Amino acid sequence: MSRHVLSVTVRDQPGVLVRIAGLFARRGFNIESLSVAQSEVPGQSRTTFVVSGDDPTIEQVEKQLNKLIDVISVVDHTHAAAVDRELMLIKVRVRSPEERVEIRQIAQDFRARIVDVSRSALIFELTGDEGKVDAFIEQMRPFGITELIRTGRVALSRTAASTNRASHPTQAPAVARAS
Amino acid sequence: MTGSEVVMRLLERHGVEVVFGHPGGAIMPIYDALYDSPIRHVLVRHEQAGAHMADAYYRASGKVGVCFATSGPGATNLVTGLATAMLDSSAVVAITGNVPSGLIGTDAFQEADVYGITGPITKHNFLVKDVSELPRVLTEAFHIATTGRPGPVLVDITKDVQQATFEGSLEAEVDLPGYKPTLVGHAGQVKRAAEAVRAAERPLMIVGGGAQCAADEVVAFAERTGIPVTTTLMGIGAFPAGSEQALGMPGMHGTVTANRAISHCDLILAAGMRFDDRVTGKISRFAPNATVVHIDIDPAEISKLVRAHVPVVGDLRDVLPRLGAELGRLDVGPWREQLAAWKARYPERYETGETLASQEVLELLRQASGGDCIVTTEVGQHQMFAARLFPTSRPRSFVTSGGLGTMGFGLPAAIGAAMARPGETVVCVAGDGSVQMNVQELATLYKLQLPVVIAILNNGMLGMVRQWQELFHAQRYSEVYLADSNPDFAKLAEAYGIEGHNVFDRADAEARIAEAFAAKKPVLLNFFVYEAEKVFPMVPAGAGVDEMILGDQEAPEAPREPVVSA
Repeated sequence: MSRHVLSVTVRDQPGVLVRIAGLFARRGFNIESLSVAQSEVPGQSRTTFVVSGDDPTIEQVEKQLNKLIDVISVVDHTHAAAVDRELMLIKVRVRSPEERVEIRQIAQDFRARIVDVSRSALIFELTGDEGKVDAFIEQMRPFGITELIRTGRVALSRTAASTNRASHPTQAPAVARAS
Repeated sequence: MTGSEVVMRLLERHGVEVVFGHPGGAIMPIYDALYDSPIRHVLVRHEQAGAHMADAYYRASGKVGVCFATSGPGATNLVTGLATAMLDSSAVVAITGNVPSGLIGTDAFQEADVYGITGPITKHNFLVKDVSELPRVLTEAFHIATTGRPGPVLVDITKDVQQATFEGSLEAEVDLPGYKPTLVGHAGQVKRAAEAVRAAERPLMIVGGGAQCAADEVVAFAERTGIPVTTTLMGIGAFPAGSEQALGMPGMHGTVTANRAISHCDLILAAGMRFDDRVTGKISRFAPNATVVHIDIDPAEISKLVRAHVPVVGDLRDVLPRLGAELGRLDVGPWREQLAAWKARYPERYETGETLASQEVLELLRQASGGDCIVTTEVGQHQMFAARLFPTSRPRSFVTSGGLGTMGFGLPAAIGAAMARPGETVVCVAGDGSVQMNVQELATLYKLQLPVVIAILNNGMLGMVRQWQELFHAQRYSEVYLADSNPDFAKLAEAYGIEGHNVFDRADAEARIAEAFAAKKPVLLNFFVYEAEKVFPMVPAGAGVDEMILGDQEAPEAPREPVVSA
């Protein structure tokens, strides 16, 4: 079992997310996170999935996604150079002026931005890779996290070309059969 | 021009000659346009049957099948038919009406989320809420249904779109950046496949439903190389059953020879098949010593269940001739001798007595047909017996629901196949359970007067379920008995205006079958057969193909002549 970050470029059609979500549910694939937004091409969206599974499962995920007519391309960033980031908004309880100073100091170390201030709480915005986001949550936990939301990972390949050209794998890689 | 007229003109442009359907409120504008169209319409008595007819029409002819249904219940009745077509890769275009776009999402009368419901059981589907989209959507629907791996496509059209005025061109470009089927096999992979086949001592070709469009190429390849061939349920007819190289069907109810060949081969050349669990049995015991070369048009089938050592994605019509050209005659003499010995030792065998046996009825039907007819089946024991004793030797001529296993498929499929191949006799092999699931189509059949022989192998039981209960549920026969409440099928046929006969013995069976083939019109023959018959060999669910229960196929004494010899 390993985690894979997949970029899936889709046509903006009604129901395209239902098709993808239905495919994952029906075939028993696990989505850990999912984010969707417009891409640089009008009429196309780029989605980023974090999926866990063994290699044959991930191969099936990619192939089944490619079979959907509205899916234009599928790129697995796991074995290729890519950057991925996540955005989090996190609301932390503040009980005393001393705590407020301490929390702000930690936030500064993480380069988290304060986006809302009240007497009893601070809301931070933090961007980074998954490990950084996880670490910040752990640091804030002792103070009391009221609520938080994460976007899930978004990823882009480091290669110069765009990934959203049709990229149907025509030949599956030959893999020795486990006997 | 109205949206409905656009629909009819586009169907005409795509060469559609017949539509199977049933009207209703939300599709009435399209039926109004149909009134003036040269396209023929077959009025079915249930929309499910319309979908099966369209499906069988494609399977028998290679021409896309089209069906119509109204919104809500009409469209939901299509669901089983679409799922059947999906699992057996059949090119169907289903057109449904929906409530006016302003009412969508309001739980309007006869409204259902047909777009949502049919998404997972179609290759693709569309909901049209703007009349200007119609030419493109319908063009794409036919393109998607018929190219690459074929499949059903549903187009849901709101009633206001059907009524709207359309101005513009009916010409439309297909705009599908994410859809580019791979038809030409990769040269390097073809070469590697050839090397693997050449290196094998005991190669075995498994031919599936994908080969129905490539039968000539399969035959040419097999004849050139001398490779033994087993045809799955969906592949029947893509390679002649009577060939000396043919081993029959593999899998759960496959022949001893085909299953032994799988266990003993050192290479599998899989062509247009998808390693269904009914073929493989327990995967870890499937062809344990074999290198797997898998040719398929759908990359997602490669290594889905059985890991392929050499995958080749492409159309068999492209790949097989090229692979054959790389190969000459294979040195498979000893292997072929071994297979021939198994074939001789394990011919089809069954007990006959006073009561008719299903197998002997099928044998009589095969003899009467001269091997020159279309066979459709329902689902169950009779289907497996038909696959083994009544296989056809021509492609697109054995029409059966393999993937979904849909009871109720056979009778409408017979009508669809007969419409696709005018003049040819169609034999619908049915069970007394299955045939009742779409028996209302006797009315459609009566109206069309097609040369369809309905052969009910009536054991008064849900025979396959009974067989499993006998073997695996300690003879606890739960809800399988039909005989106490079956109709008199001969009288039922007569009530629909169709000739019907109850048949009890062999002499009568022979005479009635001969008459039915000569009649060239619908005839229903209700054969009362032995109720406790079981289909053997059988690979129990979850077991390996090397763990067959031989049952009455055990051959303790000298082998008899095989039944299927021509």
